[in-house]
Amino acid sequence: MNFFALKMLVGNRAKYVGIIVGLTFASLLITQQSAIFLGLMTRTFGFLTDTALPDIWVMDPKVQYIDDLKPLKETESLRVRSVQGVAWAVPLYKGLLKARLPNGTFQSCNVVGLDDETLIGGPPKMLQGQLADLRGSDAIIIDIVGAKGKLARVLPDGRRIPMKIGDTMELNDHRAVVVGICQVQRTFQSQPVIYTTFSRATVFAPRERKLMSFVLVKAKPDQDIHALCQRIRRATGLAAYTRDEFKTLTIRYYMKYTGIPINFGTTVVLGFIVGVAIAGQTFYNFTLDNIRYFGTLKAMGASDFTLLRMILLQAATVGAIGYGLGVGVASALGLLTGSTELSFRLPWQLLLFSAIAVMLICAISSALSMWKVIRLEPAIVFKS
Amino acid sequence: MVNKDTLAVRCTGLTKTYGSGSSQVHALCGVNLEVHTGELMMLVGPSGSGKTTLISVIAGVLDRDGGECQVFGHDFKHMNSREKTQYRGKNIGFVFQMFNLIPSLTAAENVAVPLMINGVKRREATDRARDILSRVGLSDRTFSLPAELSGGQQQRVAIARAMLHGPKLIVCDEPTSALDHETGHKVMELLREVAVGADRAFIVVTHDARIFEFADRIAKMDDGHITSVENLRTDL
Repeated sequence: MNFFALKMLVGNRAKYVGIIVGLTFASLLITQQSAIFLGLMTRTFGFLTDTALPDIWVMDPKVQYIDDLKPLKETESLRVRSVQGVAWAVPLYKGLLKARLPNGTFQSCNVVGLDDETLIGGPPKMLQGQLADLRGSDAIIIDIVGAKGKLARVLPDGRRIPMKIGDTMELNDHRAVVVGICQVQRTFQSQPVIYTTFSRATVFAPRERKLMSFVLVKAKPDQDIHALCQRIRRATGLAAYTRDEFKTLTIRYYMKYTGIPINFGTTVVLGFIVGVAIAGQTFYNFTLDNIRYFGTLKAMGASDFTLLRMILLQAATVGAIGYGLGVGVASALGLLTGSTELSFRLPWQLLLFSAIAVMLICAISSALSMWKVIRLEPAIVFKS
Repeated sequence: MVNKDTLAVRCTGLTKTYGSGSSQVHALCGVNLEVHTGELMMLVGPSGSGKTTLISVIAGVLDRDGGECQVFGHDFKHMNSREKTQYRGKNIGFVFQMFNLIPSLTAAENVAVPLMINGVKRREATDRARDILSRVGLSDRTFSLPAELSGGQQQRVAIARAMLHGPKLIVCDEPTSALDHETGHKVMELLREVAVGADRAFIVVTHDARIFEFADRIAKMDDGHITSVENLRTDL
């Protein structure tokens, strides 16, 4: 009877297409909006992902997320270094500075100052030049997206000339020379990222008493990282988090204090409701259209189980097609917008989430139909 | 050939009421009826006389309120829902006024449905369906969809569907009312020719007087009662 169930389904072209369009739209909305949400959330800790070498991040206890900068005294790195179990501890500067570009315009940039000696915390991938080139005079390394985008020179005819090695800019009235181009994860604010040495960053930055943002810590081999965090907290009175803990702290802040989850959550819920409303109602109407035939099958001896199996098969078929199309379109959109500012992240867990959502829509839709068929009196077949 | 010694259907004092209170309708008021194997019994009467309710009860698609009704010695009242469904699937064939052919299935697939309900594989069921379709003169329309068939052809498909699994009782609800006179006549000729058999009983509900001649007996119904039973065959 499964074959006949599928023939009944595709036989009613208009309803069949309607159900699939509804499910595709729902699947697309749920997947695409969730992927953008995940992409945005991933960007919030993009810098943490890029800075993979340290085990522990030490900071002011009041820091709530990665860009919530509360400077420390530089001597704090020495105190951290003295804690038992610490292999090394280096300072890191992170701040938002205004860069004056060759054409006279200003652009806010995320400036990262790396430990002068070790250059720990540098970009994960160099595209041009080398990290060691930072040791040159006034040297900075910029990220490729910034170089091609906000830092690029715009000609009168609108063409953009990307910033390249050898180009200069001013950071807080100090000359800076590009010595390398790197690739980093997009950040939440989407500002260009500039790497330089810690000492040079403190020169670029406006004069303040405290300028160190974080202390990056590597644990000695076989150390319990969480126990080491505890020891650092006790010894220095500062906050110490593993990279994952700091990521969680950052995400939690954005989830709690920004409207992002609500905005995207609303769209995802809307997608679900649209799915239930369009696909559910069309599927239910499809069942109503066929109720006489279900009644006929029932009269001719088809059990409720057989009829329910037919409905479930029909629902599963349209669900699978709608889900596949929705996820396919969402993925295509993700690929097409991959090189733009749009954040998009589609891990397998999200595909599973969408699949469950579509399954739920199909379950709700088919439940109504199944209820109708179970309650169906086979005597309906004799009504003209 | 009617076998007077074997009772296919035996109804005694059947009652059925729809609704309640002031909207209560007594569809069957103590109906007594016997149908023998090999017999084509017609139930005739005006609309609302209870004909369709009676065959619904006999076919086990509607529960009665009171009385007795046995089909080949089995009483649906003593069966649970699953047993009723199984019994119908094996022993009862249906021919409907509006044919009730599934629009997206071909003629052969529609005919094959009762066999597949009884667990026969699709290929075997459709092969057998094609055979029986040729018996009803539709060998060239096995792959046609119902919408591509005339009313008479659709009813022949419905008759083939009702017969294919070899049911002991076939109930027909107004089988000719959607057909013109000539086509209706042909359909009834076909029913008599291929469907009525010594081991099978036929109950046809109709108010089409033009097909009364095909009946062995005619039971007239009015207001929930059988008012008379007329023999059209001298051997009955």
